[in-house]
Amino acid sequence: MSTELSTGATRQSAEALARSKGEPNWLVELRGEAAELAGTLGWPKPEKVRIERWNLTAVGNYEQSTAAASIGELPAVARELIAEGTENLLVQRNSGVVWKQFSQDLASKGVIFTDLETACKEHGELVQQYLFQAVAKNEDKLTALHAALWNGGVFVYVPKNVEVEIPLQAILFNDNAGATFAPHILIVADTHSRVTYVDSVVSEPGAASAPFMHPSIVEVFVKAGAHVRFGSIHHMGETGVDMTIRRAVIDNDGRMEWIIGDLNDGNTVSDTKSVLNGKGSTSDAKVISVGTGAQQMSLTTQAVHFGKSSDSDMVTRAVMKDSASAIINGITKIEHGATKANGVQTEKVLMLSPKARGDANPILLIDEDDVTAGHAASVGQVNPEMVYYLMSRGISKQDAERLIIYGFLAPVVSEIPVEAVREQLQRLLERKLEG
Amino acid sequence: MATHFVIDGLKAEIEGKEILKGINLEIKGGEIHAIMGPNGTGKSTLASALMGHPKYEVTGGSATLDGEDLLEMGVDERALAGLFLAMQYPSEIPGVTNSDFLRSALNARLGEGNEISLIKFIRKMEGKMKELEMNPEFAHRYLNEGFSGGEKKRNEILQMMLLDPKIVVLDEIDSGLDIDALRIVSNGVNAMRSEDRGFLIITHYQRLLNYIKPDFVHVMMQGRIVKSGGPELAERLENEGYDWVKEELGIVDETVGQA
Ligand SMILES: Nc1ncnc2c1ncn2[C@@H]1O[C@H](COP(=O)(O)OP(=O)(O)OP(=O)(O)O)[C@@H](O)[C@H]1O
Ligand SMILES: [Mg+2]
Repeated sequence: MSTELSTGATRQSAEALARSKGEPNWLVELRGEAAELAGTLGWPKPEKVRIERWNLTAVGNYEQSTAAASIGELPAVARELIAEGTENLLVQRNSGVVWKQFSQDLASKGVIFTDLETACKEHGELVQQYLFQAVAKNEDKLTALHAALWNGGVFVYVPKNVEVEIPLQAILFNDNAGATFAPHILIVADTHSRVTYVDSVVSEPGAASAPFMHPSIVEVFVKAGAHVRFGSIHHMGETGVDMTIRRAVIDNDGRMEWIIGDLNDGNTVSDTKSVLNGKGSTSDAKVISVGTGAQQMSLTTQAVHFGKSSDSDMVTRAVMKDSASAIINGITKIEHGATKANGVQTEKVLMLSPKARGDANPILLIDEDDVTAGHAASVGQVNPEMVYYLMSRGISKQDAERLIIYGFLAPVVSEIPVEAVREQLQRLLERKLEG
Repeated sequence: MATHFVIDGLKAEIEGKEILKGINLEIKGGEIHAIMGPNGTGKSTLASALMGHPKYEVTGGSATLDGEDLLEMGVDERALAGLFLAMQYPSEIPGVTNSDFLRSALNARLGEGNEISLIKFIRKMEGKMKELEMNPEFAHRYLNEGFSGGEKKRNEILQMMLLDPKIVVLDEIDSGLDIDALRIVSNGVNAMRSEDRGFLIITHYQRLLNYIKPDFVHVMMQGRIVKSGGPELAERLENEGYDWVKEELGIVDETVGQA
């Protein structure tokens, strides 16, 4: 296992690896700088979660990947997620992308859907304009570490006025805990374009049973009038640490939708943020999570309003079992000048065990008078009146509680755009809730 | 076996306050009983105690349905034994669609191995909804969430029709219903009248009893049934109010548990 990168001082190794993969000079340099930064910067400090106690150094070593000859060669954990008859699919296994297919029709319209490593080589100028522009590589040790060693990844570019009807799907999976697994997702939706992207981030049970860390960054650029729907389900095993930073930058009248399922079995930091730069820009974020075992999570949604009449809505719902703990932060920030902005957020936690912990922290930071904002947060148990009502119709206590818990999560489940992924989500929920 | 529901000396309390002070009532299949009585006299408490609401503690007496002790059973078992309560204030359950709920309830009633197919269920549900003149969209709405008062009541009757219970308790099913809905809901209830089914209808108004003719009318005060009679009793109460009953029985404060 390689731990040098997390302790810094490996500009050389990061650059050497980048060169050996034939990456362009600008990227080699970026990685080198980032590796150096990773040695000096501190880890992010999420509220009330002591991530320094987690195994953050298990970033592993780069594993040369071999392209799969057919979908059938992929392990079941990936295969079962594939939308039937899909034309637009990308699969990353450990450190690299092993499968991609893309509709000719979309390619001919100028849409790009490929792994980010390839995009850096083939569309370098375009990628450079955006890569690490929403999330800077020098924010903290996590972003720097990620910048130094990210691999595989996804690049989506949708040209002006092009509407992509069918969701683009990515499956990012880890079946070797010793391999660096650090995908970077970069999505650029040019003016008045439209696209839906859905990914599943999973680890193969059994195969990835040693500690591993998944440092991941998602950057989305929503240009004027564009509309991006981003769905993502994370389900990695108990030994994994998931550190995922998602950020969208939204121009005038652009719209961003986040639909996130944080369903790992291991420790998780998930931070999903929309920066509403444009006038009339809007963002909608929905996050669900189920905490089981002794896992610890920090789940944050953020909306930062710069644009006038910008609008954000954030919903997080978490069900906490066993002795799991989740600190759920919602941060709505309205900057001075963002008149007529509106930001609302709701965090709800359903506690199923007296040993579980769930904190909801709604935060409104408002530097402008002419705005509306609201928040609601609640932490509670399954409502006994509801259980009584359902039981009075002959439904058993267990089924009644089950219905209520699924109902609690339903607003997000029903929004997942790809059926195969929605089914995965159902299975995962069943596993986590009833397992 | 003909339905036979017997409440004998039922006493119940909530948060240490005794509300039901010994209720006696017998309902046979085919009969319709009405319970009337001023606010706060224990009518809903009776319904809740019978159904097994966790907040109510039964402290004495018994309730049997066809010889089976209801009070020994869990809430779900009482329902499966054939008791149905249309609640005065039905719960809202977010995220659970009405049709998913109804199917779970029906399947619980039919029992493992006898579940209804999805297609048959939908046909059945849609048929009943049509009878109740409910907009089909109510199948896909979350259970009672954002339903108007009258819509909730109609939905209670929909559940009654699907679950085919032996003893139906309707707690103020008429409150919140407009004139047309009152007729539709009453038609629904009347269509369910049968020799094997008994009804206990809690209401404040004669107008419901014009549609659903009761065989017996009981007056509840101070957590007891203080007077029983035929349909003419309800008519007299509608015209004259409760003062004459109180005078006749020497009751000053008819409420219960207010001390
Ligand atoms: N959860 C509770 N906590 C405290 N007191 C209660 C509770 N539920 C009922 N009570 C009291 O019990 C008494 C009887 O209430 P109940 O609801 O049975 O009356 P009711 O006859 O149904 O009245 P209404 O005609 O207004 O529906 C009332 O004084 C009421 O305040
Ligand atoms: Mg009442």
